[in-house]
Amino acid sequence: PANMKLIFIFSTLIGAVLCLETFVGHQVLRIKTKNEEEVKQLQLLESLEHLELDFWINPSAPALPVDVRIPAASVQSVKAFLESQGIDYSILIEDLQGVLDKEKQDMAESAQRQRSSTFDFGAYHTLDDINEELDHLASEYSFVEKIQIGESYEKRPLYVLKFSTGGSGRAAVWLDAGIHSREWVTQASALWIASKIASDYGTDASVTSLLDKMDLFLLPVANPDGFVYTHTSNRMWRKTRSKIPGSICVGVDPNRNWDAGFGGCSLLAPPGPGASNRPCSDSYHGPSANSEVEVKSVVDFIKNRGNFKAFLTLHSYSQLLMYPYGYKCTRPDDYAELESLGRAAANSIHSLYGTTFQVGTICKTIYQASGGSIDWSYDNGIKYSFALELRDTGKYGFLLPASQIIPTARETWLGLKRILEHVRDESS
Amino acid sequence: DIDGVGHKYCLELELEDVLDKDRTVSCTAEVLYPLGSKTSAPDVQVTVQGELRSTEEADQEFYNRIRSLEKELVAENIPDSHGNVPPELEPIHLLASVASGYVIWQNSTENTKFHLAQVKHVKQVKRSDEDLQFDFVVLLHEMVSQEVLPWELTLLWHPQRGARVSRD
Repeated sequence: PANMKLIFIFSTLIGAVLCLETFVGHQVLRIKTKNEEEVKQLQLLESLEHLELDFWINPSAPALPVDVRIPAASVQSVKAFLESQGIDYSILIEDLQGVLDKEKQDMAESAQRQRSSTFDFGAYHTLDDINEELDHLASEYSFVEKIQIGESYEKRPLYVLKFSTGGSGRAAVWLDAGIHSREWVTQASALWIASKIASDYGTDASVTSLLDKMDLFLLPVANPDGFVYTHTSNRMWRKTRSKIPGSICVGVDPNRNWDAGFGGCSLLAPPGPGASNRPCSDSYHGPSANSEVEVKSVVDFIKNRGNFKAFLTLHSYSQLLMYPYGYKCTRPDDYAELESLGRAAANSIHSLYGTTFQVGTICKTIYQASGGSIDWSYDNGIKYSFALELRDTGKYGFLLPASQIIPTARETWLGLKRILEHVRDESS
Repeated sequence: DIDGVGHKYCLELELEDVLDKDRTVSCTAEVLYPLGSKTSAPDVQVTVQGELRSTEEADQEFYNRIRSLEKELVAENIPDSHGNVPPELEPIHLLASVASGYVIWQNSTENTKFHLAQVKHVKQVKRSDEDLQFDFVVLLHEMVSQEVLPWELTLLWHPQRGARVSRD
């Protein structure tokens, strides 16, 4: 009978059961019993103490699942037994030690973050609070420095975090957020990402090798005037706050103001929606390219420092991962590589919570739009130029609940990391 | 392409229940955008394959709660700047989405993509008949132009008679 078979199989294991401190190779199975007979089999199994089976849910009635932790040495035999008896099971946890290691790591990171900062990355903050946290990161990490690359229209400093472990004039990557002020999840994510990069250096192999080779420049609030305005007056404000001569309307769309197909007039581009020449429009491109000091400051900084290999910019919402071009609907020369890298990055994003990003050129994916930042960077020799539109796809839109900040930042970082790993590997 | 008439799109869609992510229902639709005319809404024919979840109990509860309010309901900024919606205002947010859906449909072309960005203001208006009336000011975000446009609209709702936009 089955019971005799059971005792025979496992008696050979008695001597082989080791006393391990860890849970390496331990598996947790969920067993679905179909009848009383099967329940009795499992109760017999439970009674064999030498197997050191740890029932998280004990066998009691056929309708209830049975969860059991099985030490590595017994895994195969227990499964063989279940299969031979026709008892259904599924694997809840494939490697328990892996789960425990991850939990420990998460807790350590969280504790470190609590020790070192009371900043709540899972909440939306004012500009002053953000700037304070930039100071804090710079003071806490020797390889992080806060630099000012210019001033906004209303004279607010444009602060960039420089991540550099040494060298001079190393290859660099650029990352900005909040160029459109109402896209709050981007500034919030940028802050989390800054903290993550800083704390991962020295512990995460990928980040460590990246910063050992390259510098990273992060501008978390690219449009501080607009950002303050979204806090004080109009949550839906997108543009800068510059006065426009001859108009009662204020502000220029900073992502139509770059010198790339500026003004939407290009012989190569078929007519279509692009940028507006009306000052009151939310996509007003401005009187001339780089008319906005927020844009010019970045252009000057990147040109003066030189040797940038990647230009990454964060927007919301729509869940898109895009590369040039926006001002024309033809493919960039590096189309194949950018498309492939884009897809890989989107897969990385998806791997965490299942969030889907669409990949493609700006023109094909969202709409034709001239004067955009990644078109400028690409046409100025920065091959790895990507623009991301983060969560969500319209349910909350710009008003993404704060509870989604950290999940969004986490998944976005995986995508950016994938891109940066490629950039690192391709840069000499 | 239908000569002299417009552009027709045949769609296969999956509807996801906003309040129950695991619940989906398939449907097919035909959308006809009329040529040239800017004042005419696209023609839409929809067939739902399957059943929509019954919300009778929740509907009745909400209806009774609003009807029994001493003072008319008034609220602003749903969601607020941080994306929060107080639980008791969730149904109002949903009704605003429905009302906005109607306005969006009436104003859509092949070159627009609208979403409800925020309910700026809502005011309940007590009626002598059985309907609930809500006067909304909503903000609609149009993706292509990136404009955020305020829109005034009035929604009538009744648990059995459903939702109707009476002014838009």
